[in-house]
Amino acid sequence: MDEIKKTVRKFIMEEFLPGEDPNELADSTPLITGGILDSIATLKLVAYLEEEYRIEIAAHEADTENLNTIDSIARLVQSKRKSG
Amino acid sequence: MKSTTLLHELLERAIAAHPDRTAVEDDAGAAITYAELGRLTDRLRDRLRALGVAPGDRVGIYLRKSIDAVAAIYGILKTGAAYVPVDPLAPVARNAFILNDCSVKAVIVGASFEGALRTELDRLGAAPRILALATAGSGMALPAALDEADRASTAPATTDAAPAPDSLAYILYTSGSTGNPKGVMLSHRNAVSYVAWCSEVFRPTHDDRLSNHAPLHFDLSILDLFLAVRHAAALIPIGEEIGKDPARLARLISEKRITIWYSAPSILTLLTQYGGLDRHAVPSLRIVLFAGEVFPVKHLRALKGLWPAPRYFNLYGPTETNVCTYFEVPAEIPAERTAPYPIGAACSHFRTRVVGDDGREGPRGSEGELWAAGDGVMQGYWNLPDESARAFVEDASGVRWYRTGDIVVEDDTGDFLFVGRRDRMVKRRGYRVELGEIEAALYKHPDVEEAAVIALPDSESGVRIRAFLTCRGRKRPSMIELKRFSAENLPLYMVPDVLTVTDSLPKTSTGKTDYQKLKATP
Repeated sequence: MDEIKKTVRKFIMEEFLPGEDPNELADSTPLITGGILDSIATLKLVAYLEEEYRIEIAAHEADTENLNTIDSIARLVQSKRKSG
Repeated sequence: MKSTTLLHELLERAIAAHPDRTAVEDDAGAAITYAELGRLTDRLRDRLRALGVAPGDRVGIYLRKSIDAVAAIYGILKTGAAYVPVDPLAPVARNAFILNDCSVKAVIVGASFEGALRTELDRLGAAPRILALATAGSGMALPAALDEADRASTAPATTDAAPAPDSLAYILYTSGSTGNPKGVMLSHRNAVSYVAWCSEVFRPTHDDRLSNHAPLHFDLSILDLFLAVRHAAALIPIGEEIGKDPARLARLISEKRITIWYSAPSILTLLTQYGGLDRHAVPSLRIVLFAGEVFPVKHLRALKGLWPAPRYFNLYGPTETNVCTYFEVPAEIPAERTAPYPIGAACSHFRTRVVGDDGREGPRGSEGELWAAGDGVMQGYWNLPDESARAFVEDASGVRWYRTGDIVVEDDTGDFLFVGRRDRMVKRRGYRVELGEIEAALYKHPDVEEAAVIALPDSESGVRIRAFLTCRGRKRPSMIELKRFSAENLPLYMVPDVLTVTDSLPKTSTGKTDYQKLKATP
């Protein structure tokens, strides 16, 4: 889990928060409701996760519930890898 | 058709000719015929009248895309009032500002927005009548809301209003450079002349099925809403969630057998990149229209590769004119082409001119501002007489020209090429964004002392928005905090991509923010 969180945090920092202090991005920071990920950024994130972890995320799973925090993203990836 | 027809008369004609055809079908499968839409909008008209709405008033629509929202538009028009749609996804304070700004007599609001809206309207001292529609569950809530209101007291039956063709039909609020959205006032004549031009070029029939991807506060929706009804065709409103989800959208276009698609290029780019279009056949699709921003040729070529059959049109025009020029994309896009296609030449209900800095029309090929005159030009900005006056120039023969603010050049085939803007407005995902409105929102943050916002070209997304800030005291808010704050105060498409806090902003010799220097900042 920690490894996934680290990878996801790095991707979000580089793509959507360039120049931000990494310490500001907590595992529980709201990403979608907090204005960090808009709809296009969310698609990019999903494409990245699918590629990086060789998983498939269905359209209905790419929602605020699963993608709003690094915590929930890591849980989604973890569950996909187990079932895959 | 005479150009003096009213928008709600289009509906009456469709009902008379094709009462049993589907008028509106939503993305979940609920549908309503023309005859049913007629009865429902009659009931809404009567209820709005009972609430005090009279010809010349404004009525707000604060609903998600739905059959109810389409019915709300026609119900309002039948009273002789103008409809004012707000973005259900935008911050409620911004929407309350809009509804208060044009002093709506009533608001038709989804129940999930009602409480927050009442609180904000209260703060502004506004008290329009509220017609709330349940938003839980699926299907239509408007008939139930009207039944409920009838139980207290039945609304007396009335007839459709017949306002003059130059009366306001709707007000669309766009981003305003001073920090507040501004209302573009459009009349029945403006919209009906536009619909007549669309009929002439796209030749729709009652067998067509038109998408409505654009939100109702976005001027693209005017074509969808009124062209469909003009031809008794079917309108397919696409909900906000599916609308931004390329995979579900691709399936919907195929399954709903859409024949005429219209959206901003950015959503077509997303469909191309993430929609899996090769998995969804679209044999019915015959026309693809796009407008609102430049469509990068790379993505347009890829889309045409996946959807080869339809004709493609680039429609151009600010909200103030809706579409005033158009260009049909050639069947083959050369592999080496990278330059965007032109915005084309004037539609038949418009005349255009290219005017140089000296106020004169230059020779063909010289850069200048595009001016437009014709039946499609707006009435003005709501309650902003100075800004309205500045938008127009009257020539010696008394023709009122609208200054678009867009710089164009005419190529040797008579088509206009878009060059840039005169001011600080940019397009993001098809939406107008005044960089000044973003600055004004950032100034509301308690730690922010100075804010300067610039737009930078981006090959992927078209434009990136970058904000530079200085702060009071030693406390520097993080980018995450500033993005959250922006999202609370602006529609999401206006949230800057990057926010940088610095010690000071560069200044010109006259002490103004040096935007050129900021643009060169790495």
